[in-house]
Amino acid sequence: MRWILGATTVGVLGLIYVPLLLVLVNSVNTSRTFQWPPPGFTTMWWQRAWESSGARDAVWISVRVALIATLISLVLGTMAALAVQRFDFFGKNTVSLLIILPIALPGIVTGVALKNAFVSIMGVNLGFWTIVIAHATFCIVTVFNNAVARLRRLGGNLEEASMDLGAHRWTTFRLVTLPMLRSALMAGGLLSFALSFDEIIVTTFTAGEGIQTLPIWILQNMFRPAQAPVVNVVAAVLIVLSLVPIWLAQRLGGDDSLPAAH
Amino acid sequence: MTEPSIRLRGLTKHFGSVRAVDGVDLDIADGEFFAMLGPSGSGKTTVLRMIAGFEAPTNGSIELGGVDVTGKAAYDRDVNTVFQDYALFPHMSVQDNVEYGLRVKKVDRDERRRRAAEALASVHLDKYADRRPSQLSGGQRQRVALARALVNRPKVLLLDEPLGALDLKLRRSMQIELKQLQREVGITFVFVTHDQEEALTLADRIAVFNEGKIEQVASPAELYETPANPFVAGFVGTSNLLTGPSAVRLVGREGAFSIRPEKIHLDPAESESLQRATGVVREVIYLGASNHYVVDLDAPEPVSLTVERQNLHGASDQSLRQRGDQVSIGWLPEHVIALTEKEN
Repeated sequence: MRWILGATTVGVLGLIYVPLLLVLVNSVNTSRTFQWPPPGFTTMWWQRAWESSGARDAVWISVRVALIATLISLVLGTMAALAVQRFDFFGKNTVSLLIILPIALPGIVTGVALKNAFVSIMGVNLGFWTIVIAHATFCIVTVFNNAVARLRRLGGNLEEASMDLGAHRWTTFRLVTLPMLRSALMAGGLLSFALSFDEIIVTTFTAGEGIQTLPIWILQNMFRPAQAPVVNVVAAVLIVLSLVPIWLAQRLGGDDSLPAAH
Repeated sequence: MTEPSIRLRGLTKHFGSVRAVDGVDLDIADGEFFAMLGPSGSGKTTVLRMIAGFEAPTNGSIELGGVDVTGKAAYDRDVNTVFQDYALFPHMSVQDNVEYGLRVKKVDRDERRRRAAEALASVHLDKYADRRPSQLSGGQRQRVALARALVNRPKVLLLDEPLGALDLKLRRSMQIELKQLQREVGITFVFVTHDQEEALTLADRIAVFNEGKIEQVASPAELYETPANPFVAGFVGTSNLLTGPSAVRLVGREGAFSIRPEKIHLDPAESESLQRATGVVREVIYLGASNHYVVDLDAPEPVSLTVERQNLHGASDQSLRQRGDQVSIGWLPEHVIALTEKEN
């Protein structure tokens, strides 16, 4: 019984990670068509990728989009979480549901809807900021969920204690609430960054002319024989880079120096 | 006459359709150690939270030292609270916790240090200033919470079930410490508890809460010896309630009466001038310092009285009674407390 479970685990994990490993190997494969086994070792594709201005621009745009969308989500997500957890108001549950919904909506629906809203209703030209706003609509959810969970676990006692000791609301937020939220916000923010960074469907609908995020650049260059090895290098870089936020998020999410709520 | 430290008038709080607090009038004198006692859900904690400023009353007013603070926020009231779970800031050291109130009031650094050190010394925690709350025991956290509140020199200290989370032995020693502390600082302490023994031990005066209302406000001795009504008699200490025909038979007149178990003599000598009855021992409860006997009396309707007997001679005592023994009991007429029945 045990060995079946073990074999299944190895099989499933292998299915996920062997292809990823292949990407890494192929990035130094001399064969342009990823011939197997690799006929030789080369750093040529890495060199070319480094020099590709298209890839570099796309990375830069993706990073900026993800950073700004995450920043917006952190501010709005935290405020929304505080409102929902610390105050009573009419329609609270509905608001809560409406904030979470975008993460569940199919990207294609969000994409089409936002594009229509931007172009036909608001008369805004699609560009960099339309991507940022579109991404923020679902990035906010990860921040909101993390913050809500943390606030619920904390209860309101610490904030009451702070105000009892003479601190006004803003001081209380700065000295007590925010420090208690910090790790939850870091985790939410990292996830939000990751979500935005590899988003492709909503981006397709909301990106302006000539603005390419990295996933879109990859999609467009993947089937060009000349570019395939370069795309492969970019993919290899992304694999390595994406380990960082996931690892950080896991460590922060597991940070349990907090007292349990009563 | 000076203004009372706390004056509540018609204080009422509704949560939806629930009347958590229902028209409470109360004066608490300056420097008093005051207890609000009652079962859970009786509204005592809500009253405390309204005095602190965490809950806005639906109706009524709160005065502190003669000044109406009903509409004021918690941070504008000269009271400090010790929370049931202490609510220490987990991301700050003990020192920073204690300094917090002074820090947000912009007291300068040196004075802050000095006063926090003083406050920590007064609760014997000067050596723990650099620890985090998570590195302290329950009793130590309790004392940090006290220091954090008292360092602000409030006019009133509110304590919500202050000893509820501590084990019995620690609770006893903290009770003594609290009492000493209150005498030293000389300010009004108001604490909420559901533990009648704790209320009797600590407080100068006690308000007994039930269903959002105050049943009686009195000193511990008055409360115990002359409870105003059956609820108070039943909630404070153990009490034998007599009503209806059994009251007529045992006390000799109609009404509601209470007799404390320790006031009933078991197998009294013939010479004593007692009101007497006979019955059968249904249950013997060994309590260490004493025994409780539940005695079924052959009254017109079945009634059983709890009789307490000091355990003077140890377990080998020949006069110890067994289940099923026929016994006679008796009590002095002046130990029968007449209660006013609540009109329903």
